[in-house]
Amino acid sequence: MSKRIEVKDLKVYYSSFLAVEDINLTIEPRTVTAFIGPSGCGKSTFLRTLNRMHEVIPGARVEGEVLIDGDNLYAQGVDPVLVRRQVGMVFQRPNPFPTMSIRDNVLAGVKLNNRKITKTDADDLVEKSLRGANLWNEVKDRLEKPGSSISGGQQQRLCIARAIAVSPDVLLMDEPCSALDPISTLAIEDLIEELKNEYTIVIVTHNMQQASRVSDRTAFFNIAGTGKPGKLIEYDDTNTIFTQPSVQATEDYVSGRFG
Amino acid sequence: MAITQAPITSALKAGKLHRFTPLYIILGTLAVATAVFAILGAVNVAGILIVTAVLFVVTYWLLSLFVEGSRKAKDRLMTSLVVIAFLIALVPLISVAITTLTNGAARFDVDFFTMSMRNIVGEGGGALHAITGTLLITLATSIISVPIGILTAIYLVEYGRGKLARWITFLVDVMTGIPSIVAGLFAYALLVIFFGEGVRLGIGGAIALSVLMIPVIVRSTEEMLKLVPNELREASYALGVPKYLTILKVVLPTSLAGIVTGVMLSVARVIGETAPLLIIAGYTQSMNYNLFDGRMMALPTFVYNSYAQQGSDAQAYIDRAWTGALSLILIVMALNLIARLIANIFSPKLGR
Repeated sequence: MSKRIEVKDLKVYYSSFLAVEDINLTIEPRTVTAFIGPSGCGKSTFLRTLNRMHEVIPGARVEGEVLIDGDNLYAQGVDPVLVRRQVGMVFQRPNPFPTMSIRDNVLAGVKLNNRKITKTDADDLVEKSLRGANLWNEVKDRLEKPGSSISGGQQQRLCIARAIAVSPDVLLMDEPCSALDPISTLAIEDLIEELKNEYTIVIVTHNMQQASRVSDRTAFFNIAGTGKPGKLIEYDDTNTIFTQPSVQATEDYVSGRFG
Repeated sequence: MAITQAPITSALKAGKLHRFTPLYIILGTLAVATAVFAILGAVNVAGILIVTAVLFVVTYWLLSLFVEGSRKAKDRLMTSLVVIAFLIALVPLISVAITTLTNGAARFDVDFFTMSMRNIVGEGGGALHAITGTLLITLATSIISVPIGILTAIYLVEYGRGKLARWITFLVDVMTGIPSIVAGLFAYALLVIFFGEGVRLGIGGAIALSVLMIPVIVRSTEEMLKLVPNELREASYALGVPKYLTILKVVLPTSLAGIVTGVMLSVARVIGETAPLLIIAGYTQSMNYNLFDGRMMALPTFVYNSYAQQGSDAQAYIDRAWTGALSLILIVMALNLIARLIANIFSPKLGR
């Protein structure tokens, strides 16, 4: 289920602007990897290249390779739609589909793709995904209510349930807690802890405590200045990054001296 | 020495007009204006109202200036000007409604909605042929325009990049400005190619009206699609849903209410068109259910025809014209109500 991600010499351009430069890293299966760094350093841009979501932005393109269990995402003839079925994504702001009920939101990956599913299978999938997202007990009595009728934290967990309902191999999270209160954040961090038994998880966060709480490995990104490309400065075990980083900039950032 | 209670003054308090003051001023100025006109011996309702309005604005402003100070006075001056502008805007609307209702009531009977004008000279007869014609032509127009309009809008918002999209947008803007008579001539010229000179067909009317309807639909649908948050599209892509299914199952349902409203407004916009129908659909006194065969009457042309060519009993023709106009307004109103209903049913539910 869970897969290894290898990134080789990756560069991301927005039209002619080089946004992210020369990234090399390997993400092991069944781990949580956190991306930290100041705003605008290309964490989210890089995260989006891991399931080709950057292509939604006009003019964005990529040089280099991203291998998922050895398959290059950017090889000739790769269908981004198939990539995204294996690499799910959770966004910064909760975005349940407003026209659908809670149940239909969980089933969105199946229903939107016109796949047939029997009612019992659908019920099982809804329950399994919502339990997986720690949301089942809160919404089991109102599955037919609109997805936008629950609180922000619940909506975000609904989005996670929606993402894991299509059983991806990798789950990308782009600042999943930045719009949530501490209680909801805690709920999602616990959830990440559980999900890591089945999925490879990559999370972008601005919250360094969160990175140190949830992740096994941490990558620190930085930019030299506005208009310069973002770079991967250091990538190591989370403990090492937060206690004995080998680069001065990392130490300055994690200790709060800048950023 | 007697202790006199000094009035408590607060830095936060200021003079304030009583809340009925504007009403008293209106009654007062109305009385003054009426008296002036009566003395001059020429009572004229419009004149009295205009003088009242001017007097009211000036008195109200001056009074507020003395009692409340210049900031409040400015506020009250602007408020009264805005209200007067609103009332002026209402005048034609109410006037049209009242005139059509009173004049149209005379023939608002069963005959009018069950009979055509075949073999009718003078009194009696009805506009069934015109109502069917209007409904058929508008239906055909919608069948032609709605798919083209919505698909164009989808292309412009979801796919269109660069030159082609810019040109389409430009041409749609140009189309919006086409005079309706030109649309009629276009439909005539088009049908002449296939059917020869002097062709009159209901479907020609639908083609002419489509030329007017398509740009309105494109514009309104475009705006509605742009309102759909990008996050929803991204959420769908991230689930591995292809683009066409995302548009079909996420973008369109989310914006459906707005699109339906836009379509209904565009129907209301073309249903009253007269000029193109006079050219290409012609007019007739008989029922015609076939868009592809022969002349077809529509309500606007019925109204025009009854008024322009009054027969032996002129009053009967004028009455029919008014009732035709009333039916047209009622049809448009009914369509708007249906649109509201549909929009309510389909709009995303946000309630808990």
